[in-house]
Amino acid sequence: MPGYADPGFDTLALHAGAAPDPATGARAVPIHLSTSFVFDSSEHAASLFNMERSGHVYSRISNPTNAVLEERVAALEGGCGAIAVASGQAALHLAIGTLAGAGSHVVASSALYGGSHNLLHYTLKRFGIDTSFVKPGDIDGWRAAIRPNTKLLFGETLGNPGLEVLDIPTVSAIAHDAGLPLLVDSTFTTPWLMKPIDHGADLIFHSATKFLSGHGTVIGGVLVDSGRFDWGRSGRFPELSEPYTGFHGMVFSEESSVGGFLLRARREGLRDFGACMSPHSAWLILQGIETLPLRMARHVENTRQVVQFLAAHPMVARVGYPELDGHPSQALARKLLPRGCGAVFSFDLKGSRQQGVAFIEALKIFSHLANVGDCRSLVIHPASTTHFRMDDAALAQAGITAGTIRLSIGLEDADDLIDDLKRALKTAERASA
Amino acid sequence: MKLDVDGPNGTQQAYAYTGGKAFDPALPCVVFIHGAMHDHSGWTLLARWCAHHGFGVLALNQPGHGRSAGPPLPSVEALADWTLALMSAARVQQATLVGHSMGTLIALEAAARAPERVTRLVLMGSAYPMKVSDVLLSTAREAPLRAIDMVNALSISTPASKPSYPGPGMWVHGSNRALMRNQQALSNEFNLFEHDFRICDAYRGGEQAMAEVKCPTTLITGTRDQMTPPKASKDLAAALKAKVVTVSAGHLMPAEAPDAVLQGLREALGV
Repeated sequence: MPGYADPGFDTLALHAGAAPDPATGARAVPIHLSTSFVFDSSEHAASLFNMERSGHVYSRISNPTNAVLEERVAALEGGCGAIAVASGQAALHLAIGTLAGAGSHVVASSALYGGSHNLLHYTLKRFGIDTSFVKPGDIDGWRAAIRPNTKLLFGETLGNPGLEVLDIPTVSAIAHDAGLPLLVDSTFTTPWLMKPIDHGADLIFHSATKFLSGHGTVIGGVLVDSGRFDWGRSGRFPELSEPYTGFHGMVFSEESSVGGFLLRARREGLRDFGACMSPHSAWLILQGIETLPLRMARHVENTRQVVQFLAAHPMVARVGYPELDGHPSQALARKLLPRGCGAVFSFDLKGSRQQGVAFIEALKIFSHLANVGDCRSLVIHPASTTHFRMDDAALAQAGITAGTIRLSIGLEDADDLIDDLKRALKTAERASA
Repeated sequence: MKLDVDGPNGTQQAYAYTGGKAFDPALPCVVFIHGAMHDHSGWTLLARWCAHHGFGVLALNQPGHGRSAGPPLPSVEALADWTLALMSAARVQQATLVGHSMGTLIALEAAARAPERVTRLVLMGSAYPMKVSDVLLSTAREAPLRAIDMVNALSISTPASKPSYPGPGMWVHGSNRALMRNQQALSNEFNLFEHDFRICDAYRGGEQAMAEVKCPTTLITGTRDQMTPPKASKDLAAALKAKVVTVSAGHLMPAEAPDAVLQGLREALGV
């Protein structure tokens, strides 16, 4: 790799972590569907287990195909390494499970994906990990919520459901002043739109199910470490800075000055929690990442056209996209997301729940389902699906109205998407009678 | 392991990684000496292997690097004296010195200054003189983070260092960049990058040192090394009558080709 700087994003998306297979000459990344890998000798086996050598032993811990994905996402994010896991939820759990235990505390944005909120608010509490939720724009709130037993701060690059942009430079500075890392869910933005590490984040995770894979074919997650957080100096992480009897008495932050977190997350978290990714899934996600720059550009281009159409439509009360005037994160979006604010957003339809249902059912190109980040355009009506048990007051508390519609804009012709929406809006208007 | 080491700035605390085992000065000792902007963590696989195969290991952090107190020392000669002082602090009379890049100059100079204390030299990614381009030095002075990226790109020869270092899933480019940035951030007042590369460039004692080295030497070179290409180490190899081991890697060979480098080290150590 000659030259005086690392390769650019598009090149890394195709090449990072991969080279022609030395055994077969295969140019594409092979799928290593093997549970385990042969030792050259007993001495070789012992040295792999004792981290005297690098290599693969058992695919729950590491796998050559998964390793390509891990290196590639780390490269795109500007991190030191990564771990591929079974889902985005598994990535969040691995991050927290590596740093926190019973008696620990997390400070999290209140604008989170529902699954993340469930994990923090209900499930981890059962295991003795408490979470304080802070509105992402409440800077003083982030600082005030930190306790002596806090282990990390956590937010999403674009919050759910209002797309509040997380002020990563400010929140990371608050975290670092307290000797804490900032963990960021970057699923909606992908590294093509923003590299949170460049703005101060320490740990990143993705639901690779979404834009990274991009085709709605696979569930997966990736956890990336920046390598910049000093776990030893912080004094809050004996898990990383003191001997771990569960793995040869290893002091992970001594073992690797930049990769101590990932060493423990793999050697403990993947070993014991076991939420590993199938190599076939890793390969599918790699296929997606190869075209990530092209796809994200088109996702954003289409989204901007759809947003403009909806913002001007008389049946639409509000469009929540940070590039629009009046969005509370517009200034931050210009600073942190100059390439665009992704392809998932919500808008409020004027009218009743029934009109919302009529709108959804009239769509022909948009698929009605519970996912985002597909190459195909997707739609969901929270009031009749994910939040159907809530009355209108409870919906309002969650920032949702009876007419809120969430869209994930795909790669179709933008004119076709707009025509589809136009027809459905007409149907919704007629449904008022 | 923390050691109190006597140096030109008095007695200061130094750190040496001991390979995952308590250090035993009675065992044959291997001292690992890192290159510019690095610390012990570039050696951990080799150090662990040695520590679990009958050697006492000291993978040191030079003053002002990693976990050792500063300030950084001003020359290769001063670092050679300090390395010998660190051995004394660890109650080590003799050792194999293993260096990478700038660390090879320190090892060479130490072997010349105290030939009775150095049993073997293993030099990885070495050259003498170790000239540094004016462009890199000026970039180091004016934009050290940019200079880090330049050196990073020149030090690593492949986008796919397998099986990666220190384990699968690590992105060697990103790890090396983070390590150098963390080293640079150790002091707001001191430009460590410029310092380290200037002392490589300024070292003039190589010929004399080569003449005084008495121990067997192994030179490990990378076929794709752009920082210290194999041809740049030919004079060094000839003067030291070194055994030359060639590995398929760039300058950051312990991370790019850990198994091949381990094999070269084992041959040098005779195990």
